[in-house]
Order: sequence, then structure tokens, then C-alpha cells
Amino acid sequence: MTTLAANKPAYDGQTLDLTGKSGSRAFKNTLATVLIVLCFLIALVPLLWILWTVISKGYNLLLDPNWWSQSQRGVTVRRVGGGAYHAIMGTLIMSLICALIAVPIAILGAIYLVEYGKGTKAAKVVSFMIDILTGVPSIVAALFIYAVWITVFGFNRVGFAVSLSLVLLMLPVVLRSTEEMLKLVPDELREASYALGVPKWKTILKVVVPTAFGGIITGVMLGLARVMGETAPLLILVGYSKNINLNPFEGFMGALPTMINQDRTELALQPAADRVWAAALTLILLVLLLNLLARVIARFSTIKSK
Amino acid sequence: MAKRIEVSGLNVYYGDFKAVEDVSMTIEPRSVTAFIGPSGCGKSTYLRTLNRMHEVIPGARVEGKVMLDQQDLYASGVDPVAVRRVVGMVFQRPNPFPTMSIFDNVASGLKLNGVKDKKKLTEVVEKSLHGANLWNEVKDRLDKPGAGLSGGQQQRLCIARAIAVEPEVILMDEPCSALDPISTLAIEDLIEKLKDRFTVVIVTHNMQQAARVSDQTAFFNLAATGKPGRLIEMGPTKQIFSNPNEKATEDYITGRFG
Repeated sequence: MTTLAANKPAYDGQTLDLTGKSGSRAFKNTLATVLIVLCFLIALVPLLWILWTVISKGYNLLLDPNWWSQSQRGVTVRRVGGGAYHAIMGTLIMSLICALIAVPIAILGAIYLVEYGKGTKAAKVVSFMIDILTGVPSIVAALFIYAVWITVFGFNRVGFAVSLSLVLLMLPVVLRSTEEMLKLVPDELREASYALGVPKWKTILKVVVPTAFGGIITGVMLGLARVMGETAPLLILVGYSKNINLNPFEGFMGALPTMINQDRTELALQPAADRVWAAALTLILLVLLLNLLARVIARFSTIKSK
Repeated sequence: MAKRIEVSGLNVYYGDFKAVEDVSMTIEPRSVTAFIGPSGCGKSTYLRTLNRMHEVIPGARVEGKVMLDQQDLYASGVDPVAVRRVVGMVFQRPNPFPTMSIFDNVASGLKLNGVKDKKKLTEVVEKSLHGANLWNEVKDRLDKPGAGLSGGQQQRLCIARAIAVEPEVILMDEPCSALDPISTLAIEDLIEKLKDRFTVVIVTHNMQQAARVSDQTAFFNLAATGKPGRLIEMGPTKQIFSNPNEKATEDYITGRFG
């Protein structure tokens, strides 16, 4: 062995070409880079466009304190004035009630699917149903609740009925995202907890869910953002009211999407058009604010690394 | 503390597949017992039956007896959660809880089982970190996340976490395979120290490690791929490494395996 190695010349006289990309590979690389950046920019165009339009046309009214404190009571489409307080509160109340119902069901459902039901027939059925529910259009969810709430039980069109139909839309979003987050928690952590003699339910509560908490919160916010912009359930299940109504069990209720819809019919009139843009901007801001809130909560729930 | 484990006629199944066949052995208290053998021979699977951890995997089941002193771990009415409180485990890859600080990681076993007394927790955490040879390295940053430590420190943190609940037996499943030689040495020193108080069982692929740390060595092998793993022989480490009874053991130890 050693003699062989000794007989080998140190160099074989040839220089290897290590200069890197050949012409055709360099070309393909550049082409792909250009294409990807281009696609990114194209995807960005509508987003920036929408944001710019909404902000530039809507910001004016938002600077008026009345926008945040007054309703549209007695304000006709031709007149300037009033605010969106009734609609903001309506949107917040209806989506909050929806979240209160949907989030616990979704999180517990996801825990069942990941921790308990894995591979069982029941889990497969539930999972399939959730897939179907994900694809249900909002108007179908609204009509379903209409059939149950108004036709069968004989209740009135109220904010709570809207919340119920929004639950159907929010549930699958939050459940799926929570499920994915729980799946990301490594089994080693579960086993580490079991090895300490910690029961399964406590392992889930104190180890698995806290580990996935940030992701779960993000999922909840995504779900909330989705339902806050839904219009069909509002049109079908509660009438639009220009007055402030904070009671979800009685009377019509304003909401931002229906406020937009109301003034949209008279878009040629400047006061109405202004309100449409301002309401749209308010809705965007509301969703943004909730997302920021979610990040703050997620930040504070984890311990700091440094 | 520290109890004797007596296993007789143990078979382990995953569904229909028999993974380990007919293992009987006695593991002495206050000693280190090493399991060696090629990959896939069932040593980890078998180790996990000693604290009923294999049950976490759906379809896994066991036939035979595992006695912890006078108690059968597989008798009806025995709660696996209670078993794991007396038979702790350290895993191949360090797995501190990422959401918890160093302090909370060590205290987790007690905290999650309902101990709230701050003074007692502080005492136990300090004692366990001393016991895991980690105290001096982390005493100034107990409130920092456990996942921020180096791999070797994390593994000692996991050992501290395991001994904090004062188990009778500690099972270690290749505890050094993800660590560098210096961290490995630190863990081996620690194992030497742990056997004063606990019964230690360690699975290892590193034969020098088995020779260095263990009092007893058990060699596992399987007849062929797809066949169940079996205990080939078990004896004092010195004898297994110098003068084994079985040819298969000698072949494996001298590197003439397979």
C-alpha cells in the first residue's frame, strides 16, 4: 500500500476546470432568476394597487374623529357626515362571537385528530368533512343557517345568526392550521414528557399546545380575517342598520362589508363614494391590527432566547 | 432507591411483526447495564418496554413479564404513567422542552405532576443540575431557554430532568450518539456517578463506551433481516469483551460481524 502511494506522482499534470458555471447553465440560472423576480413583481402589482387606491381615496374620512365615534343615523347618501362606529362595532361583535364558538371547537377538534384519533375511522370521517366544509361558499353557509335559524326555529334575522354562519367558515380554516401546527411538534417532546410520568392530557396541555401556540394564534387570526370580510351572511341573516346596535340577539346590525354595499349603490355621489373607500380602508386596518395583536401575543408567549 | 429488574420470556410485537423474541435477564440495582448489538436488532425496542414507552406507538404490544423488584409492570391495573414515574428515560437526541427555561425544564416533571412549592422546586432543580454535572455551567442563566444550550449541555439537561423526579431506574437510549467526544466523556462520567443512586440501563452502538461505563453487557442480534431480535448472551462486561461464550458475540465485538 505505502509503496503504491509513494510511486504515485504528486500531480498528474492536468489542471481541473473549477471556474464554475458553464455558459448554458449560467444562462438558465439568469433566466430563472429573472422569471422568478418578474412573477414576484407581477403578484405584487395588484396588492400595491389595491392598497394605494384604498388608502388614497379613503384616508381622508379616517382622520375625522367622528368616523370612529358616530353612526350613519339620519345620514343620506347625498350628505356628508356621520361615521362608521356602528359598522365597526357590528363587525367586531359578530366576528368575536363567531371566534368564541369556532376557536375552541377547532382547537379541540385538531387535538383529537392529531393526538387521539390518528388512523381511526372516526378521524378519517371528520377530516373528510372538514375538507368539504373548507369548500363551502359563504352564501351556502348563510342559507343553511337561514333554514335552521329562521325557517325551522322561527327566530328573527339578527347578528347572532350571522356569527353562526361565520362559524361554519372559520372552523375549517382554524382547525386545519392548528392541525398542521400540532403535527409539527416533534414526537420526541411528547415522549420526553411521558418519560417523566406525565399523563397524556397534561402533556398535550402543557407541552404540545404551548410549543405550537404561535402557529395556532396565527391560524386563528387568518380565520378571523377571512370571516370579517364576508358579505353574503350579513346580507341574508341580518339587515343593515345605520344605527348603533350592540345587541347581537335583537334588531338589525351594521357591519363594514354591508356599509360598503349600502353606499356602493350611489357611487356617483361623492359623499357615498368617500364612505365606501373609508369603510374598506377601515376593514383592512382592522384585520392588520388583529394580525399585529396576534404577533404580540405570540411573542410574549415564548421565552426570550437572549 | 434503585431497584432490580427481572425480565422473563419477553416478546415484543409491532402489530403482527415480532420485533424481539424471548428475552430473559436480570438487571442489578446500582449498576450500569449496557445493551449492544447491530442496528435493528431490537435493543431500543426492548429498552422501551422496560418503562412501557413502546405503547406510545400504535399496535405495539408485549408478552411476558417485567418485574421491578416484586411488582409486575405488565400486570392488569398497572398504569403506564405510574410506571414511567419510577423508570425514567433519556433519549437519543437531546429533547428539552423548547417553550421552557432551563429551570422549568428540570422542574417540569414535578411541576407537571402538580408540585407548586417554589422552595422545594428550587432545591430539586439545584440538586438535579449538580447531579447532572451541569450546575456550574448554567447557574447564572436558569431563566434562559433550555434549547439555547449546546448539544452536550442539552443532553445533561435532559438527564437532570430525568433524575429530578427521583426515579428508581434510568433508561438511556444511545444518549451520546448525537454528541461530540468531549460531551460524550462528560456524559460517561455522569453515568459512572449516577449508578451510586440509580439502576442505569444504556443502549449504545459504541463498544468502547459499553466497555468503559458498564458493569454488565448484553449482546442482542437477529438471525436474519425480518426475523425477531434475540438476546444472545449477557454477562459481566469484562468477560463479554475478553472471553464471550458465543461465537456471534465475539464476531461482533472484534468487528467481524456481517
